[in-house]
Amino acid sequence: MLNPDLVGRTFTSADSVTVTKEAIQIFAEVIGENNFEVAPPTFAISITLEKSQALLQDSGLDWTRVVHGEQRFELKRPIVAGDVFKCSSTIESARNVAGNEIVSVRSDLNSGSELVVSTWSTLVVRA
Amino acid sequence: MMQLEIGQELASKTFTINRKLLVAYANASGDQNPIHQDETFAKSVGLPDVIAHGMLTMALAGKYLSDIAGSQNLVEFSAKFIKPVVVPADVDVSLVISGKVTEIANGTAKIELLAICNEIKVLGVAKGLIKL
Repeated sequence: MLNPDLVGRTFTSADSVTVTKEAIQIFAEVIGENNFEVAPPTFAISITLEKSQALLQDSGLDWTRVVHGEQRFELKRPIVAGDVFKCSSTIESARNVAGNEIVSVRSDLNSGSELVVSTWSTLVVRA
Repeated sequence: MMQLEIGQELASKTFTINRKLLVAYANASGDQNPIHQDETFAKSVGLPDVIAHGMLTMALAGKYLSDIAGSQNLVEFSAKFIKPVVVPADVDVSLVISGKVTEIANGTAKIELLAICNEIKVLGVAKGLIKL
């Protein structure tokens, strides 16, 4: 179970992630996209998922029971090769519904002081 | 970009999902959860078979929007994962995405999406906001 004291706190990853042309191309090709100039709309998840997973596991959540319930993206501009991101994740809420824990986590990708993409994931931890 | 108007129905597009695509998506996204690749594991946690990553379905819905507007013009995108896309071995599963323009305001258009697999709706309240 998630430590309730951690709800509302923001954790910024110490390391930066550099977006490569190869990473964009590999992601794009899976979905049949042949424009590699900008990243596909959901590309951010390939960065934020790992970061939010690490945060939630460190916070006591059992990842093996997690089901993805909902996902939202706000894109201020498209991600491009050469972007260097720091990821900040915030556990926005954690509640219990019929024995299942429902956790919402927001992850922001910042390039310097520029917020480029915000993602919101709602995860259901099955009882 | 094509001219859009409120109420306009956008042509559907069919995407093929199979085990090979799940492995490719796992490698591209870093999501190596075994429920998306290992049948024995998937069944051991109560699933009918291997299921597609919800985010793969959403990525394909994103491709549908990119084809309409260009990836660089999508400003918001959201979906709920309401039913799993079950992917048995050696089967090509068809995911049919269609869209409808529901709002045009302030230089943006809202497109509501329908994602159907084996006649079952797999994404709920899926929608994108695009810059015109």
